[in-house]
Amino acid sequence: MKDLHAWAAIAIIGMAATTGDVLLSYSMKRVGDVGELWKRRGVLAVIRRVLATPTFALGVMAMAVAFYSLLFALSWGNLSLVVPASASLTFVANAVAARIFLHERVGRRRWIAALLVAGGVVLMAL
Amino acid sequence: MPQLTFRKYLVLAGITVFSTAGDSLLARGMKDLGNVSLHHFSGLLLAVLNPWVTAGILLLLTFFACYMSALSWADLTYVLPATSLAYVLVALVGHFRLHEVILPARWLGIALITAGVGFVAAGPSVTPSHQHEKSPDAVSQEVRT
Repeated sequence: MKDLHAWAAIAIIGMAATTGDVLLSYSMKRVGDVGELWKRRGVLAVIRRVLATPTFALGVMAMAVAFYSLLFALSWGNLSLVVPASASLTFVANAVAARIFLHERVGRRRWIAALLVAGGVVLMAL
Repeated sequence: MPQLTFRKYLVLAGITVFSTAGDSLLARGMKDLGNVSLHHFSGLLLAVLNPWVTAGILLLLTFFACYMSALSWADLTYVLPATSLAYVLVALVGHFRLHEVILPARWLGIALITAGVGFVAAGPSVTPSHQHEKSPDAVSQEVRT
C-alpha cells in the first residue's frame, strides 16, 4: 500500500513538474529574450511583461503543486525512491512534452541526453 | 544557429550554483527547526525567520530568475540537463569539503549526467519553431493587446 502511494506521488510530481516547465518555457518564449528587453526598456518592463503573460501564473501554480506533492511524499518517508524516480521521470517526460507542445526539435542528441541524465540521477540516489 | 554569449553561459552556471546553494542553506536551516508536521503548520511560517532559511529562499529566487531568463532564449530540452549538474555539484562539494565517500555507482551517475549535459551543450541552444520566427517586437505587440 505504501508503495502504491509512493508511485502515485511520483506520477503526480512528474506530471505537475512537466506541466509547469512546459508552461513556463512557453511563457518565456512569448516574452522574448529578457536580456535584450532589459537593455532596451529596463528591469521593470521585464517583470511587467512576464507577469502579464497568463500562462506564467499557471506554470508557477503547477510548480507549486509539484513542490507540495514532493513535501507530502517525503513526509511518508520513502525518500530514496520518490526523489530520484520523480526527477528522472520529469527529464524524460519533459523531452516528450517539449516536442509535442513546444515544437522543439528533440533530435537523437537530446533524447540520448535526457536518458543519460535520467539514468545518472537514479544512480546518484543509490 | 545563434552562438551563446559569455553572459548566457553565466546564466546557465547561475542555475546550477544558485539551486545547489539555495537547497543546501534551506536544508541547514530546517535542521535547526527539527521536524515540521502538518499539525504544526505555524512552524513552517516561523521557518522564514531563520537566517539560513531566509538566505536559502533568496538564493532560490535568484535561481528562478536565472531559469526564467535561460528559458527566454533557449529550448527547455537544452536548459533542463544544465539544471541536473546541480546533483553533480552537491556530490562533489560533499566529497571535497565534507570528505563524504562517493560509491562507484554514484561516480557512474556523475559520469552519465556530465555526458548527457555535454551531449546537449554541443548542439544548438534553440531549435526553430513557428514561435521563434516572430520578431520580439511582434510578440510584444501581441502581449500588449
